[in-house]
Amino acid sequence: MSIGHTLLGLLESGPRHGYDLKRAFDEKFGHDRPLHYGQVYSTMSRLLKNGLVEVDGIEAGGGPERKRYAITDAGITDVAQWLATPEKPEPYLQSTLYTKIVLALLTNRDAADILDTQRSEHLRSMRILTDRKRKGDLADQLICDHALFHLEADLRWLELAAARLDKLKAAMHA
Amino acid sequence: MNAPGGSLLVAEDVRKAYGPTMALDGAEFSIHPGEVVAVMGPSGSGKSTLLHCLAGIVTPDSGSIMYNGRDLATMSDAQRSQLRRSEFGFVFQFGQLVPELTCVENVALPLRLNGTPRKQAERTALDWMQRLEVDDLGRKRPGEVSGGQGQRVAVARSLVTNPRVLFADEPTGALDSLNGERVMELLTEAARTANAAVVLVTHEARVAAYSDREIVVRDGKSRDMERVI
Amino acid sequence: MNLRQWSRDLGLGVRFAFSGGREGWIRAVLTAVGVGLGVAVLLLTTAAPNALEVRHDREQARLDWPFGEPPAKSDKTLLIAQSDTTFRDKDIRGRLLEPEGAGAPLPPGVSRFPAEGDMFVSPALKRLLAADDSAPLRERLPYHVVGTIGENGLVGSQELAYYSGATGLTMHVNGGGAVSRLETFGNPNPSHEQTDPVLLLLILVVIVVLLMPVAVFIAAAVRFGGERRDRRLAALRLIGSDSRMTRRIAAGEAMAGSLLGLVLGTVFFLAGRQLAGSVEVVGVSVWPSYLDPSPALAALVVLAVPTAAVLVTLFALRGVVIEPLGVVRTAKPARRRLWWRLLLPLGGVAMLYPMIGQGHANGDFNQYLVSGGVILILVGITALLPWLVEAVVSRLGPGGVAWQLAVRRLQLSSGTAARMVNGIAVAVAGAIALQMLFAGVDSDYTKATGKDLSRAQMQVGVPDGAPLAPTARKFAETKAVRKVTALWEGYLGDASWKTENGPNTLGALAVGDCPALRELAKLPSCEDGDTFVLDGGGISADGPNLNKPGKKLYFEQSSDDHSPDVLWTVPPGVKQAHSVKGLTDWERDGFLMTPSALPKAAEKRVSGEIYLSIDESVPDAYEYARNTAFRVDPLSQPMNWTATRQDTKFSSIRTGLLVGAAAVLALIGASLLVSQLEQLRERRKLLSSLVAFGTRRRTLGLSVLWQTAIPIVLGLLLAATVGITLGAVLLRMTDTPVDVDWPSVLAMTGIGAVVVLLVTLLSLPPLLRLLRPDGLRTE
Repeated sequence: MSIGHTLLGLLESGPRHGYDLKRAFDEKFGHDRPLHYGQVYSTMSRLLKNGLVEVDGIEAGGGPERKRYAITDAGITDVAQWLATPEKPEPYLQSTLYTKIVLALLTNRDAADILDTQRSEHLRSMRILTDRKRKGDLADQLICDHALFHLEADLRWLELAAARLDKLKAAMHA
Repeated sequence: MNAPGGSLLVAEDVRKAYGPTMALDGAEFSIHPGEVVAVMGPSGSGKSTLLHCLAGIVTPDSGSIMYNGRDLATMSDAQRSQLRRSEFGFVFQFGQLVPELTCVENVALPLRLNGTPRKQAERTALDWMQRLEVDDLGRKRPGEVSGGQGQRVAVARSLVTNPRVLFADEPTGALDSLNGERVMELLTEAARTANAAVVLVTHEARVAAYSDREIVVRDGKSRDMERVI
Repeated sequence: MNLRQWSRDLGLGVRFAFSGGREGWIRAVLTAVGVGLGVAVLLLTTAAPNALEVRHDREQARLDWPFGEPPAKSDKTLLIAQSDTTFRDKDIRGRLLEPEGAGAPLPPGVSRFPAEGDMFVSPALKRLLAADDSAPLRERLPYHVVGTIGENGLVGSQELAYYSGATGLTMHVNGGGAVSRLETFGNPNPSHEQTDPVLLLLILVVIVVLLMPVAVFIAAAVRFGGERRDRRLAALRLIGSDSRMTRRIAAGEAMAGSLLGLVLGTVFFLAGRQLAGSVEVVGVSVWPSYLDPSPALAALVVLAVPTAAVLVTLFALRGVVIEPLGVVRTAKPARRRLWWRLLLPLGGVAMLYPMIGQGHANGDFNQYLVSGGVILILVGITALLPWLVEAVVSRLGPGGVAWQLAVRRLQLSSGTAARMVNGIAVAVAGAIALQMLFAGVDSDYTKATGKDLSRAQMQVGVPDGAPLAPTARKFAETKAVRKVTALWEGYLGDASWKTENGPNTLGALAVGDCPALRELAKLPSCEDGDTFVLDGGGISADGPNLNKPGKKLYFEQSSDDHSPDVLWTVPPGVKQAHSVKGLTDWERDGFLMTPSALPKAAEKRVSGEIYLSIDESVPDAYEYARNTAFRVDPLSQPMNWTATRQDTKFSSIRTGLLVGAAAVLALIGASLLVSQLEQLRERRKLLSSLVAFGTRRRTLGLSVLWQTAIPIVLGLLLAATVGITLGAVLLRMTDTPVDVDWPSVLAMTGIGAVVVLLVTLLSLPPLLRLLRPDGLRTE
């Protein structure tokens, strides 16, 4: 999972302080592994260096320096690209796929597109596995079956998540 | 004469409404000879309707469906029936075998509809049943064979006329994984051997994995994933 | 407790019967119509004997001839004369009344004596007189209508009758017997209705033939919607009802239909009773009040019919195991065996056999044997047909695709197919047998009379005392009369008619002018004064035997005529003539005379007969001649000579039977259609997929046709065979020569075939609708 893209995606809905970013991230994606401040600041400085975010303002105060970050056009493009690129089909993709779906929803992008792209990528792998299974021996068949069922499970989960979120979105817009 | 790009069957901007429901709302489709294309999409997305339109079972409200350079929309019902009899084959999820006829008579049925004499039709039918490994069921009735066997009989029937296009609507929908897998292997293998194109409607990725590429139907619109990427 | 459970389950079934949506309603209504028809027929059956009894009593009460010694004239006597007439093909009962004193008896249904020129008429005659095209009848009965004959004076609602006032009837008393003197009407010792055994046989067979298809129909109707019901019952099992409960619920469903049927049946019966008052069959009509079922029998019907419906349902479910996950029909039934199925019709024939040749003469038929035998033979059809269908269908080879689809389906479920046709087969067989019986028994009425119709079509007797020639002239002047042949007719005997034994040898005598005589015989020559003797003729050679010159012959004389003998001496030189089948249907024998050869004294001993040739192209041609005859003498009885007498009687029965059979068949056809549609709906998905891979609609339509036609053809063949056999046995029983009425056999089977064709045609539009690709849509 790319923390950089996720934070960028979160910024797309409006400028935020580093502290806010961490909180939003934890809330939505970091249920079991909260982000460290250090991770946030190092990521943000990398994004700043690459021109994907800019500093919107510094709030002076008694405490540590508090910067407010905003996403740049280059940053938005970067997020779009990331969302459109299917993940390499492999087991235990959920967190990345989940993040993508939620971000698509937050940024008013179509979750179905992500789903279709991802399915296509999955199917590419599944075709190879199916072919291998057809030609292979029993061991190959068993291994391929295992992989195929997991990939299928990913897809089905993704489909369900997309459908649920679509429904939620429809409810929100209604 | 084939359509541009060597496509066998091409659908453009197909629209079809059932009452107030828009089943297809500008769907596109194309398939080459010998190609297996999966049509995917959630329930009610219009994928079965697309299959019915492509096969000339249903006439779309608008849009064109060109098979081998001929527009299905301009053909009469009799011509389309003739086309389905001789050029197309069909496999459905269930309920397609005539329960009163024996398996071999079921398989021979499309040939007989085309006027082939009974003996000859049943010989050909038995050949195909052999290829699908169900030739030992010839004298049994559909009610006496298992779901997987019945589906293989149905596949044999769909291929017995050497169709150019095979339409399969959830062909493994009622089968368990192993039987479904076997049916799909036999179906795709037989279709490839016969150089028949296969339009495979399914919502299962593992079934779709037997295809060469997939298109996705959503809200009556289709999306060709090959062109997108 | 147990009772409460029963009523609860039955009640649940009743509720299901009407909550099954449109199909549920159709099923309930069809069952109800079937049961209703059955109930109506049964009620009618219980009422029919009563109706005949009442009719008979009324007839007995108005008999108008003296029983015993004729009374002498007093102020308590009435003179009554028969003045019956015929208008078109309808008989009118007419009576002239002349009371001889204040105490004269009034005929039943008449409140006072009509004055001369007035009349009381029956309601039906009143209507007939008022009809626009009844002018000739109004001319014949010019009397003033002053009242209506009451119901108790008539034997049927459609009877045509009148009583009119008259004077001067005295002179006719003792004359021809057409006038009687009465002190009282009716038979003082009324006879009891003695039903003609053949009539009873007819009634029994009619009832059985009507009831059987209705019973078969009910049996079929309670099975409607079988699939849906099975699913519902299975669902009930799933939620925990035991198999006996489900059976009771199913029985309750059937009972709902039959209870509705009871209501319908009562309505049908009441409507039919009203209707019965306005129809006339074989010249017999009844008043609605005659049709009064006896309460005990009616109660029996009301109890028996719903019970029967419930029993049929339970019987139909006997081979079915209702499991929570669906209905399992007990494994493929063993191949149907023939022997016990043959026992039924053979047993029926055996029951009828002892009565063969019995006819009218040898006492009554045993009602139980007759009904039992007919029922067994007809029920035998329902037992034989499934076997026949199975046997034939399993031997049918595969033909075209449509044929193959139909045959294979029939092979798999020949029982269902046979059940659907049973009703039609029983109805057709019964109708054929019945029609043969009617045709045979009625053949007396339909025999050719043999009269040469090209010469004369009507014969009128000239009343005593009326001069022949002027009367003949009156007819000659009548509209539509083409030719008049006037003859005096009488008999000559070789001894006085007043002796104890009368004459030994008789010869007929006809007197007329030469043209008239030429209608009777080939005359060598003819001039006035000639006498001819006829050579033998078909009947006797008595004429030539009597023709001995100088032999004295005696003119015929009635027993109460005490005037002296009138003799005729056979003159020499009587010419020989050869008789021809002339005006009458027989070759005359005896003598022919020209008028001046007849002794003057003999003129009162011969009666005038006028033969009329009628121009039938004139509408109502006969009515004008009848009017003239009536004017000459209201007591005259003109006779119509038609090629077949009373032909209308049989044809009305035939029409009635055809209509009845068609109605029953239409009902059965409706049930056939319902089950056909039910089957089609079950196969919706299959049919759609067949169309998907390019099956022509024609092929599927044809297969539906074959599927119905094969069992129907078999059913009709069996029905024709059984019907003809039954008809033949019944005819042998009445001692009537067996003659198969092929046109009606064809008509009946034809109607059956038309029903099938209609059912197929009517199931085609739904079939085509089912074949629409929507049928493939699953979501």
